[in-house]
This record gives sequence, C-alpha cells and structure tokens, in this order.
Amino acid sequence: MALDRWIAFIILLICLAYGYTAYFAMDDLLPPILKRSPVWPSSFPKVLSVGAIALALIIVLGLEKAPEKDKTGEITLSNLKQYNYGQALILIGLMIAYALLLRPLGFLASTFLFLVLGSFALGERRYVVMAVVSAIAAGGIWYLVDSVLGIFLRPLPLMMTGG
Amino acid sequence: MLEGLLLGLSTAFTFTNILLVIGGCLIGTFIGMLPGLGPMSIIAIMIPIAITIGDAASALILLSGVYYGAVFGGSTSSILINAPGVASTVATSFDGYPLTRQGKAGKALTVAAISSFAGGTIGAILLLIFAPALASVALLFHSAEYFALMVVGLSAIAAFAGTGQVSKALLMTMLGLIMATVGEGVLFNSARFTMGITDLQSGFGFVTIAMAMFALPEAIYLILDPNRSKAADGGENSEIKELRITRAEAKSITPVIARQSLQGFFIGVLPGAGATIASFLGYAVERNIAPKDEQDQFGKGSIKGVAAPESANNAACTGSFVPLLTLGIPGSGTTAILLGALIALNVSPGPRLMVDEPQIFWAVIISMYLGNLVLLMLNLPLIPYIAKVLAAPRNFLIPFILFFTLMGAYIGQNNATELLLLVGFGVCATILRFADYPLAPLLIGFILGPLLENNFARAMQLYDGVSFVWERPMTLGLLVVAAILIILPSYRARRARIRAQGVADGD
Repeated sequence: MALDRWIAFIILLICLAYGYTAYFAMDDLLPPILKRSPVWPSSFPKVLSVGAIALALIIVLGLEKAPEKDKTGEITLSNLKQYNYGQALILIGLMIAYALLLRPLGFLASTFLFLVLGSFALGERRYVVMAVVSAIAAGGIWYLVDSVLGIFLRPLPLMMTGG
Repeated sequence: MLEGLLLGLSTAFTFTNILLVIGGCLIGTFIGMLPGLGPMSIIAIMIPIAITIGDAASALILLSGVYYGAVFGGSTSSILINAPGVASTVATSFDGYPLTRQGKAGKALTVAAISSFAGGTIGAILLLIFAPALASVALLFHSAEYFALMVVGLSAIAAFAGTGQVSKALLMTMLGLIMATVGEGVLFNSARFTMGITDLQSGFGFVTIAMAMFALPEAIYLILDPNRSKAADGGENSEIKELRITRAEAKSITPVIARQSLQGFFIGVLPGAGATIASFLGYAVERNIAPKDEQDQFGKGSIKGVAAPESANNAACTGSFVPLLTLGIPGSGTTAILLGALIALNVSPGPRLMVDEPQIFWAVIISMYLGNLVLLMLNLPLIPYIAKVLAAPRNFLIPFILFFTLMGAYIGQNNATELLLLVGFGVCATILRFADYPLAPLLIGFILGPLLENNFARAMQLYDGVSFVWERPMTLGLLVVAAILIILPSYRARRARIRAQGVADGD
C-alpha cells in the first residue's frame, strides 16, 4: 500500500476515535439544561467525524484515481535514504531539546546552544564564527523581543534568577 | 467611497503607519528571499509583533506591508538564484533566471518590480470597486448563509486542488476543522477533546499550526536536500548591474501587465485559486498570444515572461483580500493567517467590517498603494544590498530558520508545550507532504472551523434543527454549489478516463 493510503488509514483511526467520543462519550457530561438546546457541543464534531471517515475511506480504498505523476527529483519516503535524513532527525531532536530546556536554561543559553549545535550538525566547523554569530543573535533577539516589543522572555537560567 | 478613501488616507498617513509599511516591506523582502520562509511563515512570525502594536489598523498595515515585501522577495530569489521561495513565483523563474544568466538580472528585477507595482495597484483599484458592492450584498446574509458560504469556500479550495487530489484536499480540510474543535469553543464553555491535557484547554495556537504546516516542512526539506536552495550552476552571474529598461521594452510589457493584472485579480478573488494559479495561467496565456518570434523567447529570457506572472500574482494577492474583507472567508493560506491575526486583534472581518470599523478597511486599501509604492521606490534600489542575504551560508541559515519558526510559536503563547506541538505537527506535516497531501486546506479549515461552527450552531438554534437548509433558498443554493464544486472534478476525471480507455480498447 502506498504511503498516502497508509496515512489515510491512520487518519481514519483518529477520526474513528474522534467520532466515538463525539457520539458516545461527550453527551453524558452535558448538563440537563443544555440538553434542551437544538445544538450540543457534540453536534458539529458528529457531522465532521462522519465526513472525515467517509473521505478517509475513499482514499484508503483508492476510489479516486490520481494520474501518474513524475516524481523524479522529489523527496518521497522511498528515496529518503539518498537525502540527509540523519541531519534532519538531529535538528528535529535539537528543536525538541530546545522546547524542553527553554525554561530551565533561560533564553540566552538555550538559543546560543541551539544555534551552535544546529550549525555544527549541518557540518559547520568554524567554531569562532559559530560562537560569535550565535551569541550576537541570541543577545540581539532577546533585546528586541524583551525591550522593543515588551514580551517577557526569561534570559537567564532558572536557578540564577531564583525561579 | 470618497469619504472612505479620505478616512483611509487619514488613518494610513500617520508617521507611525508609514514607518510600519516601509518597515514591513523591508522585513518582508529580506525574509521572503530566504529559502524556506514564504509569506505565510513570515506573516505568522510577525503576528505577535503586530499584536503588540495594539491598534488593529496599524497592525494590519504592517502585516500587509510584510506580505507584499515577502512576495517581492520571493520573486527576487527566483530571478537571482532560481530558487522560488513560494509556489506563486515559480513561473517568474522560467524567464527571470535565464535573464540573470545573460547578465540582465537588474533588468529582470526592474520588470518584476514594475509589474508587481502595476498588478498590485490595479488590483487595489478593483478591490475598491468590488469590495463595497459585495459587502452590501453580504449584509443580507444570515448565519445560515454564512455557514453555507464557508462550505462553498472550503469546497472550492478542494476543487482547485487538481485531479486525483480532491478527496485528499477535502480530508485535509476536515482534519483542520476537527483540530479546530479541540479546546473550549466560543459557544460552549466546556472543553472538548483535550484528552485531559490542560495546555490544550484553549485549543491549538493558530500561529503554531501555520508554522507547523508550512515553515517547518520547508525547512526540513532544505535540510534533506542541500541542492534545494542553490542555483543549478552556482549563479555566478547574479551580480546586479543595470536596473534600467528601455522605452521599447516598457512599451512591449504594458499590454501584458494590463491584461494580467485584470485576469490575476479575478482569479485571486476565487477561493482556492490564488496567486499560484494566476501566475502560471498568466504566463501560459501571454506565451500563447505572443507573436511567433517572441513566443520562442519565452523560457529563454523574455521580459514578457517576467512581467506576466509578476503582475498576475500581485493582482491575485490583492484579489484574495476581497473574500477576506467582505465575507470573512480566506481563499488562500496567507489570507487565512491574516484572518487569524484579525480575530486575534478583536476584529471580525466580514460585511460588517465596512460598517462598524471602516477605518480598518480603508486603511488596508490605502496601505496597499503605499506598500506597492515603497517596493518600487525603496526596495528596488536597495535590492543589490538586500540580495546579499542570499549569500548566507546554509549551515547558518537553516538553524536560524528553525529558530525563527520556534520563536514565532513561542512568543505568541509563551508556552513551551506549544513548541513541542509545533515540532510534532511539523513532522506530521512533512510526512503528509511526502505523500502529496495539500496542507493549505488544513490550515484554512483550522482557521475557519470556529466561525463555521458558530454560524452552524446559531442557524440550528434559530430554526430549532437543521431545517434551515431547505427553508432558506439561498442556503440551499449555496450548498448545492458546494456539492457541484466537489463532484464536478472527479466526475470529469472519471469521464476522461473512461474515454481514454475506450480509445485504447478501440485500437
């Protein structure tokens, strides 16, 4: 089965769970007074789940035929190995780490580390340039966001500011 | 109308607002040139900044400036290094890049800037004529018609997705609508589908979804394929010298610009068609009607081939503001993000916008003229310097693009969970892109979701059930149009296939 049909299958499962919640689980929690209303919080999701399940089935069963496309030069799952998928995974990992460390480490340190490690993962080895560029960027953007835009970003690690 | 124009002029021509347009255009051009950051991502990044301005008119002026700048920046990178940042400037690279290789980059950029200016300006004049008329019709609409109208808009977006893609586009729209139901609705104060996670109480942030659908997959593609952001042959000729065009050249592109601005505008008004289709169609039409000797020049460095897609895509960008401002229905990913921004600024776009807050409507139109003027007068001479950003090494560029994406999602919500959602959805969106699922319908569905549900619920309450569908002829008519829009492409594809099979059998 092609990737697009597998994806449709996964979406189908999600929609089934969604539809189950909408049809069988949500309405029990509704206060009796709201049950007199012609429209319930679950009404719209019920319609959506039916439509989405039908559409996902159309794709899973391959009812709509797509014309054969020339996919040379395009990235697909099957030719992924020719591309830098390792680097992509490392950078995705770095983004997750950034999300988790942004609060505990503070904006300046985590941004600096993210930019340095990110360019390192992509093959950059001019360490001084990396450090200078990342430091200026982290400091400059913190200043812009914090002072110019007035949006608070905790600059320093949690333990240094006392939480 | 004159009254409105004066109101718009007085709102837009304050020192701050002029500065915002200029700043927006510059930032837009600068970032729009970078591979991986199209207008949608840039606008999404700028939204938290626009919201801090506080005033809705100024915020929208800034965002439209950014939008024009980004479109212009995208054209610049397609001309200079054959790396169109957005789909709508792909057609520009057909002739723009050959011109660069002949050492005529400056000329191509000037033609692009003049065509964009003309396309944008003509588009804004048409918007001025059509929007108030459409809005006055739309004022007659009730929630039932609104609901139906949004269904038509969403169906049209799916119908334009191309053969074999309609069910995928529709499924993505549905998924977007489903994602919009997560969290507390406006109508019902109970949280839905949060799976007990408190961070989902207020639903997914729309900037997060926008970034995850567009900026992040594009950045991941850049990492996967190092050749994606580079020119085919290093682009050594990309030095920009002569910016002037001759009188004869100006004369030859004038009719092209006039035709394509009109055509582009009307394509832009249609939901789902937008700037990409307008630019490709504009290019194709101009090539077909050009005299034989000029026809051969197309694809090898014809200035008409730059003028056509550029005027068409800018006019279409302006055209896409018509359904946004008059009906509150976005026809493209970019206008969907602008709609999200408007909602975040407590402005509800739709026919009442012109009645309740005319200064916003007119200020946006005036800012369109201003934005186009800024691009022509300021950005064009600055292009040789701005284009230096294209020389930034990939190893630094990509971490920065990723960082800006993360920041865009973080600043708006100040919540680290939002970043995890961004990365999670971004990876899913990349996989969806591998399998040819269109992502714009998902975002449009996500942003229209709450509006669609509210109108649906209000109509249900008024009519005590779904009887509004057949009791209101206009609603029924619109829903029939929606059904036709969905069924027609697959019916025609099926008929074409059967006919093709018949021919094969007959052989």
